[in-house]
Amino acid sequence: MIAAIVFLPLLGAVIAGFFGRLLGDRGAQIVTSSLLVVSAVLSWITFFGVTGHEGGAYKIHLMTWVLSGALEVDWALRVDTLTAVMLVVVTSVSSLVHIYSAGYMSEDPHIPRFQAYLSLFTFAMLMLVTADNFLQVFFGWEGVGLASYLLIGFWYKKPSANAAAIKAFVVNRVGDFGFALGIFAIFLVFGSLSFDSVFGAAGEQAGKSFEFLGYDVDILTTICLLLFVGCMGKSAQLGLHTWLPDAMEGPTPVSALIHAATMVTAGVFLVARCSPLFEYAPVALEVVTVIGASTAFFAATVGLVQNDIKRVIAYSTCSQLGYMFFAAGVGAYEAAIFHLFTHAFFKALLFLGAGSVIHAMHHEQDMRNMGGTWKYIKFTYAMMWIGNLALAGVPFFAGFYSKDMIIEVAYSAHSGVGNYAFTLGVLAAALTAFYSWRLLFMTFHGEKRWAGHGHDDHHAHGHDDHGHDHGHGHTPHESPLVMTIPLALLAVGAIFSGFFFYDSFVGEHREAFWGGAIFVGAANEVIEHAHHVPGWVKLAPLVATVLGIAIAFWFYILKPRLPVALAKTHKELYAFLLNKWYFDELYNLIFIRGAFLIGRLFWKGGDGRIIDGFGPNGISARVLDVARRAVKLQSGYLYHYAFVMLIGVAALVSWYIYRMGVTP
Amino acid sequence: MTSSLSTDLVLILPEIILAAGAMALLVLGAFRGEGSAGLVRFGAFGLLIAVLILTACAGTGEKVLGFNDMLVVDGFGSFMKVLVLIGALVAIPMSVDFFRRAATDRFEYPVLILLATVGMMLMISANDLITLYVGLELQSLALYVLAAFLRDDVRSTEAGLKYFVLGALSSGMLLYGCSLIYGFSGTTNFTDLAAGIASLEGQGAGIGLVVGIVFLVAGLAFKVSAVPFHMWTPDVYEGSPTPVTAFFAAAPKVAAMALFLRALTVPFGEIAAQWQQIIIFVSIASMLLGAFAAIGQTNMKRLLAYSSIGHVGYALVGLAAGGEEGIRGVLVYMAIYLVMTLGTFGVLLVMRKDGKAVETIQDFAGLGRSHPWLAFVMAAFMFSLAGIPPLAGFFAKFYVFISAIEQGLYVLSVIGMLASVVSAFYYLRVVKIMYFDAPEGAPLELPFPLASRVVVGVTGFLTVLYFVVPAPLVTAAGAAAKTLLP
Repeated sequence: MIAAIVFLPLLGAVIAGFFGRLLGDRGAQIVTSSLLVVSAVLSWITFFGVTGHEGGAYKIHLMTWVLSGALEVDWALRVDTLTAVMLVVVTSVSSLVHIYSAGYMSEDPHIPRFQAYLSLFTFAMLMLVTADNFLQVFFGWEGVGLASYLLIGFWYKKPSANAAAIKAFVVNRVGDFGFALGIFAIFLVFGSLSFDSVFGAAGEQAGKSFEFLGYDVDILTTICLLLFVGCMGKSAQLGLHTWLPDAMEGPTPVSALIHAATMVTAGVFLVARCSPLFEYAPVALEVVTVIGASTAFFAATVGLVQNDIKRVIAYSTCSQLGYMFFAAGVGAYEAAIFHLFTHAFFKALLFLGAGSVIHAMHHEQDMRNMGGTWKYIKFTYAMMWIGNLALAGVPFFAGFYSKDMIIEVAYSAHSGVGNYAFTLGVLAAALTAFYSWRLLFMTFHGEKRWAGHGHDDHHAHGHDDHGHDHGHGHTPHESPLVMTIPLALLAVGAIFSGFFFYDSFVGEHREAFWGGAIFVGAANEVIEHAHHVPGWVKLAPLVATVLGIAIAFWFYILKPRLPVALAKTHKELYAFLLNKWYFDELYNLIFIRGAFLIGRLFWKGGDGRIIDGFGPNGISARVLDVARRAVKLQSGYLYHYAFVMLIGVAALVSWYIYRMGVTP
Repeated sequence: MTSSLSTDLVLILPEIILAAGAMALLVLGAFRGEGSAGLVRFGAFGLLIAVLILTACAGTGEKVLGFNDMLVVDGFGSFMKVLVLIGALVAIPMSVDFFRRAATDRFEYPVLILLATVGMMLMISANDLITLYVGLELQSLALYVLAAFLRDDVRSTEAGLKYFVLGALSSGMLLYGCSLIYGFSGTTNFTDLAAGIASLEGQGAGIGLVVGIVFLVAGLAFKVSAVPFHMWTPDVYEGSPTPVTAFFAAAPKVAAMALFLRALTVPFGEIAAQWQQIIIFVSIASMLLGAFAAIGQTNMKRLLAYSSIGHVGYALVGLAAGGEEGIRGVLVYMAIYLVMTLGTFGVLLVMRKDGKAVETIQDFAGLGRSHPWLAFVMAAFMFSLAGIPPLAGFFAKFYVFISAIEQGLYVLSVIGMLASVVSAFYYLRVVKIMYFDAPEGAPLELPFPLASRVVVGVTGFLTVLYFVVPAPLVTAAGAAAKTLLP
């Protein structure tokens, strides 16, 4: 069954990819979507089969992959609670996105290719979460990276999409480099890459150190930090986050699937999977906490002032990933995965809802050109409300359970970094509420800013334009059923997934539920403590949220001119936020300009003058010279030929006589 | 060693059948006149098939001497004879269409092929310098005539004449070498020579014997067209009728290489260190010339002539390395080379434009669009000749270079690999012209001749899919190599 879950999407990708032309658009959509739905149903069955009781976990050995000296790597599928949770998230969201795409991409000329990429991505992601060893994780890791690259650059005729795809790929390369080094280090230290043997031996390596450049460096801390660098790249954490907002150049279903619900959470998954290593590396955990908390806060501040509807949600994703990381950092991996689980639903809902808005607005993405649309697209409006309520953590929606849990564990960690995370977490909650409702108000309420605005004036805003002809009027229209049904299903998840699974993931039944899939050190009781925090801690995020919503209401409904005025009076701050803390500019200055400088040096000087001059071009010119001379020898005259033969034999004989001396 | 006449005759039964058959067919043709070409061809074809089966199935691979040790039959000989017979077998049907169109469909062609084949088989079985020479001359005389077979064609007659004069010169050198060897050792028999050299007990041969070997090698190098005794090759290849060129490039090369191997390893194996240097020199020179001189060519047959010079150089790498692995490498190389060469010439014979056989490289322009399958097979041959994996030509090179590296011949191997990189240029140029240039001139004449199409199909199949089951050939070559060594 698990094999079917993993390989059905691959089958879909192969069918749609290679036979898409035969199947036609509709055929490709039906094949990939139905295979994904089957896969999703099987995933839920697996989920209930594996979780909640002893011995549910198992693994299947497919084949031996690499057998080289001490390196033995298998293809095996590992199924435990952690995998099951990820399976459910990935296949559910993916199948809904597959279906949704049928509506959203209906005017695109390359539908089979799109569906094939989506399925390919799903396969790679499933490979990642079912991996039984680090190399297999890496395979999936690179697979999702590739699929993400292909999908961001799906509209390859758009230069900005290509640039974004390359940026995502390159930034991820930095992270993957760390990840690869981590894998090498693991093999070096443990002599194996299989999870069982590495995790089993992790305790023995705790506290040991090795010498590097004259310093004693803790082994496990090093490994964990290297792995975390990989996670930072994939999950867009502070420093390596710059690709995620740009990735919004891809089609919106892609943003929902890859850049909200699944791929970007791979980093969180990996940290949870490697909990047996991280538990013995407290320094690494502190780093994870600090980076996570900083990201949560940073991304939330940037989200305050963005005008592109998808970018707001992208920064929100970035921020929520930060929450997950600092939860893992203080040792509450369960809470991190719980938030991952709920977040997948409501963030996919928000993205697909935004997609629905964009669809309704004829591919307009700038919120300044929306407003007052709620009357026209009531269903989407309702869905966005649900998504926002869940995201902001309003009680009884999914986000409330998971996010509050995270903030509580941060408090109950009672450490310096824990308090740092707690403070920033609460602040970010307020900011989250603010930008969420800002999005809601700007898009759906206020005066209509779209009437009379030909969206053609806004081509510069990098929106989802795929060259279709907007011959029809500008009145927003509700999306077709094929798009709204997935929204409704996700809304169900966004409302109930928190309440329903709270006990299993982080509540009383958590130990039975996880069944050892996540390792928690003996001294780590942070979740237990989190259930007994003071009342004000429990209330703090809620208060922050309400405050955020209230301010948003004041700014965008009561006094719509206030934000503009504020932006004017605090020009520096506004520009600082609008330009995302100048990260891109800084990277541009340091890395990109530097790389170009070095590249130009090597290209013009090294490659052009030295290598080409003396290498290929020089050699090929000499080759032609030699060839010309060799041909010249072939004169066609018999006596020339005979002469060459005699010279040849004479030379050989002379050489031998010379070598051997003239002794008969 | 006692042997009766009857056992001797059984030993060379295949040769006797071929020789007698050739004579009978000659008489038949002479009596029946011009119209008998088809019948003679059919007879010759049947004879070759019969002999091929006989050679392949008879013989246990054990080494058997006969005719007072003048002849030897062993696994090595059988392996090489099978290759030669395949080459000869293919040459007959491939020529039909060509000669018919040239209005030269004569019965002498198959008879000459048969006689040349008898000569080659004798060469392969030679265990004495005299047998060696007789076999060589029988083969060569037939080939001289074949080169000039289109006797009204200036280029063909010129080719025949050049080949004959230079061949006579090389035969002179070879005989001179034989006489020197006889003079300094007192015997012409390989077995006795080997025993005599073994009795030197590591002192090394005297200068006279070595000079004799040098001349012998010169004569043999002429036959395999190795540098610097290669000068006849491009002219003869270009001038001869294309089916004859195909035959030249295939069977005689294999036979001469077999002779080369036996004449050096059996009698002079003990003093390999002394003749190894000549082989290394000849090998390097051939590889480099084959790589460089082919670049400027516009005629496909000339290009293939240089290509064959280069390939002989690669095969000689294996001989220079020596030992069982080296010889095995040569055998594998020659087998694969035979297949690729026959295939490439098959493609040339398939293509006709404006009533003439295609000769220049430019004639291939646009083949990728007009005849995708033919272009695909041709591209496969070119890639294979260039030695690009996973095609057969790669494995051929792989085995000889591996044996050379194991013997510590690093300079030779590195030069060989560099030469193969240079040679890739002109092979790939053919591919480029086929796929990226616009078609020129008239379209190809249809239908393609059936025989050549079959040859192209089978050889193409073997070339492309050799890597799937490489073991049988390598095992057979290994077993054959083992019987050559004492």
